[in-house]
Amino acid sequence: MPFKFRKRESVSRKAVLLVPLLSFAVSLLFGAIMLILSGADPVVTYLAMFGGAFGSTHGLSEVLVKSIPLILTGLSVAIAFRMRFWNIGAEGQLTMGAVAATGAALFWSQGWPSWTIMPLSIAAGCIAGGLWAGVPAILKATLNVDETLTTLMLNYVAVLYSEHLYYVTWRAPGRNSGTERIPQVAWLSRFLGRAHTGIFFGLALALVLWLIFRYTRWGFELKIIGSNATAARYMGINIARNIILTLLISGAISGLAGAVEVLGLTRSLQQGISVGYGYTAIIIAWMAQLDPLGVIFVAFLMAALLVGGDQIQMRMRLPASVGIVLQAMLLIPMLAGGLFRDYSLHWERPPKTDGVAGSMQADGMEAGGAED
Amino acid sequence: MMRRRMLMLVALALVASLVVVACAPTPEEDETPFQTAFVYIGPPGDMGWTYEHDRGRQQVEAEFGDAVETTYIENVEQGPDAARVIRQYAQQGVDVIFATSFGYMDSMYEVAEEFPDVIFEHCSGYRTRDNMATYFGRMYHPRYLSGLVAGSMTEVNSIGFVAAFPIPEVIRGINAFTLGVRDVNPDAEVRVVWTNTWYDPVREREAAVALLDAGVDIIAQHQDTTEPQKAAQERGALSIGYNSDMRAFVGDTVLTGPVWNWGAYYIDTIRDAMNSDWQTHQYWGGLEDGIVLLADFSPRVPQDVRDRVATAQQAIIENDEVFCGPILAQDGSLMVAEGECMSDEAMLNMNVFVEGVVGTIPQ
Repeated sequence: MPFKFRKRESVSRKAVLLVPLLSFAVSLLFGAIMLILSGADPVVTYLAMFGGAFGSTHGLSEVLVKSIPLILTGLSVAIAFRMRFWNIGAEGQLTMGAVAATGAALFWSQGWPSWTIMPLSIAAGCIAGGLWAGVPAILKATLNVDETLTTLMLNYVAVLYSEHLYYVTWRAPGRNSGTERIPQVAWLSRFLGRAHTGIFFGLALALVLWLIFRYTRWGFELKIIGSNATAARYMGINIARNIILTLLISGAISGLAGAVEVLGLTRSLQQGISVGYGYTAIIIAWMAQLDPLGVIFVAFLMAALLVGGDQIQMRMRLPASVGIVLQAMLLIPMLAGGLFRDYSLHWERPPKTDGVAGSMQADGMEAGGAED
Repeated sequence: MMRRRMLMLVALALVASLVVVACAPTPEEDETPFQTAFVYIGPPGDMGWTYEHDRGRQQVEAEFGDAVETTYIENVEQGPDAARVIRQYAQQGVDVIFATSFGYMDSMYEVAEEFPDVIFEHCSGYRTRDNMATYFGRMYHPRYLSGLVAGSMTEVNSIGFVAAFPIPEVIRGINAFTLGVRDVNPDAEVRVVWTNTWYDPVREREAAVALLDAGVDIIAQHQDTTEPQKAAQERGALSIGYNSDMRAFVGDTVLTGPVWNWGAYYIDTIRDAMNSDWQTHQYWGGLEDGIVLLADFSPRVPQDVRDRVATAQQAIIENDEVFCGPILAQDGSLMVAEGECMSDEAMLNMNVFVEGVVGTIPQ
């Protein structure tokens, strides 16, 4: 395996400057070629997209609306990926967070003082998301079950379960789907149209995680586990415990994303909550190089691309598929640029001995065994 | 540090490039035609529900030429995304917005309040405002007729029905179809499978396959695409189409089907809006208006069945008696007494199956 998702120890200043710029230029060029082939003027299209995202208060508000779940799930994925735990389950964790937040606001907080309903809902969302990620984490830490599969499969369970709730069990009388609205005391307040205070959870968490990664022992442990699990074990780092702890936090953040989506935006459990944020989050985490502050930027750009992307259909009269292809065309070079740098370092070097470069799966297994 | 700097650069590069782009000249519009927009749940290429709405939109273009401009957006999720898209159209100065899925109702209702000068038209819902109307068709008319065909042609007396959501619209369609089936074949049953989606080619197909596995020999449906019909054809079974004349896309195994014909409604509505004659309304036209039709027959349908359908069709146009008693409910209790007919309101809130349907409505 010549390729490793591992950060190089030092990156030349030139590469830091050139790679993203070149990637972006290539992105625009790829996109332009695709647009010309579809019969559209690329300049007018890019202008329409920019105008759609930032040309009005409404556009900006909608970019913020999309940013909120993208920042939170992006952080959730980034924290797990830091230790090379492939949490593909942010979508399901978000969905379970939305389910639990709705359940807490509508049903489980009966008899509690009204001011407690919002914090209870948010806490319920975090706990549900954490548990949804905790199951794969425990399976990984104790039995070395591949987390890519377990987290992915649990997405389908979560989404279907939420559908069952809002179509059947929790459906409001007289509605085709969707629960009753949650009580107003649980609503997050809005500004600039539909943007809501959930954004501050994202910004604050990003800052806290950045500080943790930079200054705490735990942040350091995650980094070591991610870059070399065997070395981490020799240093006395408890890998199994870290897997479980990190994933509880990762899942809780995705659960929070689902909770604020309900409390701030939809105000009920309904269709349109699970629209793929948890998968977009994987792209965001990588493009941000797993840096929490970077996640904010990339999530914001991604939200702008999604909202501006509406204009490809509305103004440019191109089919939706062109919009999706264009978005991919813009993203691929940006992603490839970053990853290419990471790969190239290890491509040059001869592989180290198996014991040192061994995959995390094996190390996780040994660590789990050592724990007993 | 470096990674963050990189991100800053990416952001700067994006802004810089867009500033360059922004300096480019914008094409100016000479005149402002009347602006209309359509919001679709699937793509026009679904060959079914959205295909028919888009055919209506094209008829609008053909009718008005340069005087009316139409635009559409496809694959819009129900929920928060729909509200964003509808609001965006309203803000861009669109004069009339048509939202063509039931699930857009609450989003459109919310946005309509903010834009009193824009006309909002919602297909298949029930919430209205001074500037928001609803429109739909009495699809149960041709559904009943298609039931006559299916009931005549099933050999195993078991017909499958792939159904989207357990809401009155769909339940009413299943019931009308079943009444038609049982009027010609009292031994036949209609088995229902819910998909909980309007547009999902894979789920629609899987539901049809499950019904075929259960032994039905004809597939009917209330979905957006042709997938249930294709699944039936691949298994050597017959089908009843929906939305569009699916025989054109699938083949002669599609015996006929209840279909939409939106063009006239869209043209009339837009003309009213242009002449400032538009008023809020709840339009629900039937076979007599031509907004719903029965598609042409497959060559497989024998003449005596066609004659029977023609007679029934004339009867419905003259006097709509599809939901007139005696009608028994699924559990055998009396649903509509002899000599009585269901009111529009009762039909719009229908939530029990008639006798002959096999399946449950989640309550």
